[in-house]
Amino acid sequence: MEFPDDLKYTKEHEWVRVKGDTATMGVSDYAQEQLGDIVYLELPEEGEEIEKGEPFGVVESVKAVSDIYGALTGKVVEINDPLTDNPETINEDCYEEGWLIRVKIANPKEMEDLMDAAQYQAYIKEETA
Amino acid sequence: MSTPGATGLILEEGLLFEQSVPGRIGFSLPAPDVPETDPKTKLSKNILRQKEAALPEISEVDSVRHFVRLSQQNYCKDAGLFPLGSCTMKYNPKTTEAAARISGFANSHPLASPEAMQGNLKLIYELQNYLAEISGMDFVTPWPAAGSHGELTGMLMIRAYHTAKGNPRKKVIIPDSAHGTNPASAAICQYDVVTLPSNKDGILTADAVKAVMDDNVAALMVTNPNTLGIFEENIQEICEIVHKKGGLVYCDGANLNALLGIVKLGEAGIDVLHFNLHKTFSTPHGGGGPGAGPVGVKKKLEPFLPTPLIIKENGTFKVERERPQSIGRVKAYFGNFGMLVRAYAYIREFGPQGLRHISEMAVLNSNYIRKGLEGAYHLPYSKPSLHECVFSDKFQKEKEIKTLDISKRLMDYGFHPFTIYFPLIVHGAMMIEPTESEPKASLDQFIEAMQKIAKECEENPELVKKAPHNTFRSRLDEVKAARELKLRWTV
Amino acid sequence: MRYIPHTNEEIQAMLKSQGKRSIDELFQSIPDSLIQNEPLKLPAAMDEMTLLHHMESLAGENHTLSRSRSCLGGGVYRHYIPSAVGDLIRRSEFLTPYTPYQPEIAQGTLQVMFEFQTMVAEMYGMEVANASLYDGSTALAEAVLMARRIGKNRKTVLIPLAIHPEYRQVVQTILQGFGDHLVETPYAANGGIDRGSLNDYLNEDLAACIIPYPNFFGIVEETRDIIEKVHAAGGLVIFCVQEPLSLGLFESPGAYGADIVCGEGQSLGLSPSFGGPFVGLFASKNEFVRQMPGRLCGMTTDSKGRRGFVLTLSTREQHIRREKATSNICTNQALCATQMTIYLSLLGKQGFKKLAELNWQKAEYAKQKLAAVPGVRLTHPESATFNEFVLTLPRPADTVLSELRKSGFDGGIPLERWYRSLHHCLLVNVTELNSKEDIDALAVELKGALQS
Repeated sequence: MEFPDDLKYTKEHEWVRVKGDTATMGVSDYAQEQLGDIVYLELPEEGEEIEKGEPFGVVESVKAVSDIYGALTGKVVEINDPLTDNPETINEDCYEEGWLIRVKIANPKEMEDLMDAAQYQAYIKEETA
Repeated sequence: MSTPGATGLILEEGLLFEQSVPGRIGFSLPAPDVPETDPKTKLSKNILRQKEAALPEISEVDSVRHFVRLSQQNYCKDAGLFPLGSCTMKYNPKTTEAAARISGFANSHPLASPEAMQGNLKLIYELQNYLAEISGMDFVTPWPAAGSHGELTGMLMIRAYHTAKGNPRKKVIIPDSAHGTNPASAAICQYDVVTLPSNKDGILTADAVKAVMDDNVAALMVTNPNTLGIFEENIQEICEIVHKKGGLVYCDGANLNALLGIVKLGEAGIDVLHFNLHKTFSTPHGGGGPGAGPVGVKKKLEPFLPTPLIIKENGTFKVERERPQSIGRVKAYFGNFGMLVRAYAYIREFGPQGLRHISEMAVLNSNYIRKGLEGAYHLPYSKPSLHECVFSDKFQKEKEIKTLDISKRLMDYGFHPFTIYFPLIVHGAMMIEPTESEPKASLDQFIEAMQKIAKECEENPELVKKAPHNTFRSRLDEVKAARELKLRWTV
Repeated sequence: MRYIPHTNEEIQAMLKSQGKRSIDELFQSIPDSLIQNEPLKLPAAMDEMTLLHHMESLAGENHTLSRSRSCLGGGVYRHYIPSAVGDLIRRSEFLTPYTPYQPEIAQGTLQVMFEFQTMVAEMYGMEVANASLYDGSTALAEAVLMARRIGKNRKTVLIPLAIHPEYRQVVQTILQGFGDHLVETPYAANGGIDRGSLNDYLNEDLAACIIPYPNFFGIVEETRDIIEKVHAAGGLVIFCVQEPLSLGLFESPGAYGADIVCGEGQSLGLSPSFGGPFVGLFASKNEFVRQMPGRLCGMTTDSKGRRGFVLTLSTREQHIRREKATSNICTNQALCATQMTIYLSLLGKQGFKKLAELNWQKAEYAKQKLAAVPGVRLTHPESATFNEFVLTLPRPADTVLSELRKSGFDGGIPLERWYRSLHHCLLVNVTELNSKEDIDALAVELKGALQS
């Protein structure tokens, strides 16, 4: 499993890439592997407000379903539209092609709560022990 | 000894629609004896069907062959062991089938006048009483069509009970080992679900319930014996805790096959309980139904029972259609009546001693399997179990073999697999319920097959991972099915 | 006991292998205070011969009249069931498996499900159908729940009083936790939906409008005007079909633009059986498939590339999504769905149309004959009906029915049971089972009953 160092992570297994006041979010390699073959994805609409720690979407495999939680609070400025038709992209490339949404960050302070790659890996280890 | 194995001739069979030939028919239409008025002359074109339903056009011979061939692609209880845990796949007596097909039952119309339906009403009335006696409940409503429908009915009564006291309350406590229907039913009744973890022994403790129990909890939903097959030994104390805060205790009766004549759950403090007639009382499972899920309640819930009620007055039976505090109707007519006939006949054939014997043998069989598989498979909970036992794939995981693979391999030995991946608290669960119907010889064959599979996992893991090898179809692509949704035939 | 194979020797051997001395030891995990020491107070066991004799005598306490002389309908229809149906449905391989959780050894059940889904979708004129719900009444409740999920914040559901009253009661029961947003709409003088009563609700709070088709009075109504208005308000249209054979003659709900269609399947090959088990039918537009309740079977391939079938979209269901599931249903009515599929395979495309026409012709004949009896009139003479209609009698219907029973006729259902103002009204159902001779005789007896 890969966990790029330039990303931040949440306990709900999402990743965040911050560029200026915009945050791109997706699900981590660990999350996609746990789910297995992803067959369905539900994303918010552009313009919707999402909240840190609250579900904004749903990702489904054949036998499991999982909410996707907001890593940061903000307004959705872009969604990865083609992904809903090809959700398997998340399994193939969860950090690049498989990004989910872009959000205009409402409260930069929230970033302090995110984990870096090393912390996240330690967290997974702890959770699966 | 050898296992049944799986070889033989099973015929390929296309869809009905692919066999359709214009102009062919499999039905003997009665000759018209009234004027053959053309509908177009009397009905507006606006309401007449324009595009015909593309039903198949085949002969009776085609139809019979089609369904016989398809039937031969199914494994079934009448062919052998079907140890699906929590489903109680016992033998379905042919006599109870015959009883349900007696014309006086099968052709009786639910909207006929009650005077003309005394036999049906009497049967239902007596069945209610039998189920009440078996469970230690005060009243039974027979109308719900399945277990989950019974849960919904029971939870609606609980909601009505609290509402009558001034506050419907907000939460329902459900253990993490419960069937998914429990939270789903509670949610339809607009309750928030509080998940309660089982302890390391796989049961609920009084302390755990105490910690989450407050004035806003409407009910605790338990399954007893629970989905690990373990009796919830603290049930009396737990019921007291819930009652003290004004809550009620609901029991999912899916596992009643362990307790017939042995425990009356009503005596343990349960307020509401549903029966699965298709499990405990052997109405056939039919490939996924119909079932029937009567609900028993204590006296305090009696005003809220669903309508209609069957009342006995001077030896005749009446139908009471309305009641001021009733939750109302949960299904049109009189429940899944045909299933009630079968369950009634089943209880009458067994009698009191016979019913107890069912549970004794069901528990004996399950423990025999448990003993036979211990060591070969990981037993996550060591507490004594009753009618079913739960193993996990922990030992086999070292060879990257999962519960799914083991269950598929079991088919090659000629058995239906057990329930897999449930309860959720056991990673890679294998939930085995043989029921009382199985003789020792068939249990021995099953144990032998499972032992062989355990060995194969060590020696030839690929064989297990690619199983089944002898079945009509090999593993099916569920991912493709979900991604390329094809839910019906189209030209 | 013939269903339990254990001999005493086997029991002893099995106990011994577990280190147990007695059966009671198997139950040691149960607190002593709960163990029953007395046998259950139930009637003693019976041998097979005695049992069947007892069951026959119980059934004999019902007074079921000859099928040709019964006019009982009201959502449960008497139709001829070909012998092949009973023979096939009794096969162990259909009767005794469970839900096809293991598709490799359950292709029979799964393919039948797929064929059933196709047939329901075809009959209803809809894109997609599920693998069955309990019955028509609970299917309607599920349809309403689904419409409210799709409508998100929309809460009003319009339910006509002329829909099957027991269906309406079930919807009320199951939705009681959701607050008071079920609006009962009155029927017009012609027995159809009172258009004016809908106007107040055609707004942003409208989740769905239910259209009974046919309704409880047997009326088949053209409702394009209503559908247009409901859609314009952003609501969904739910059709509820209590007699599916009518769709052999009348336009399909899908062709009108229905969003969800539900109903009962009993009339297609299932006996009345005092009201169950029947089979709930459920279909919708493709776009709503993820909001559907119940099981769905999908086509796929196996690892060798051969066509096969599996349960699919399971993530909607309770065993995975738990409290967020689209429904709590688990066990459905698979065997009844199989029975309907067998029946429709025999009836086929032509038979479905011709039998529907015959039912309509018989009912039209009966209408004419019975309405010609002095004092009797058709309650809704201008409305189209299928195989069921309402008569207004000069006297309360229940007294007339008792008279008719004496001469061997079940003349129909008194509507007063559900509609107090209709105490002179009788709901009469006529199918292919009612011969012309018996219809004529019923007219004579009705005349006699009214004169007495």
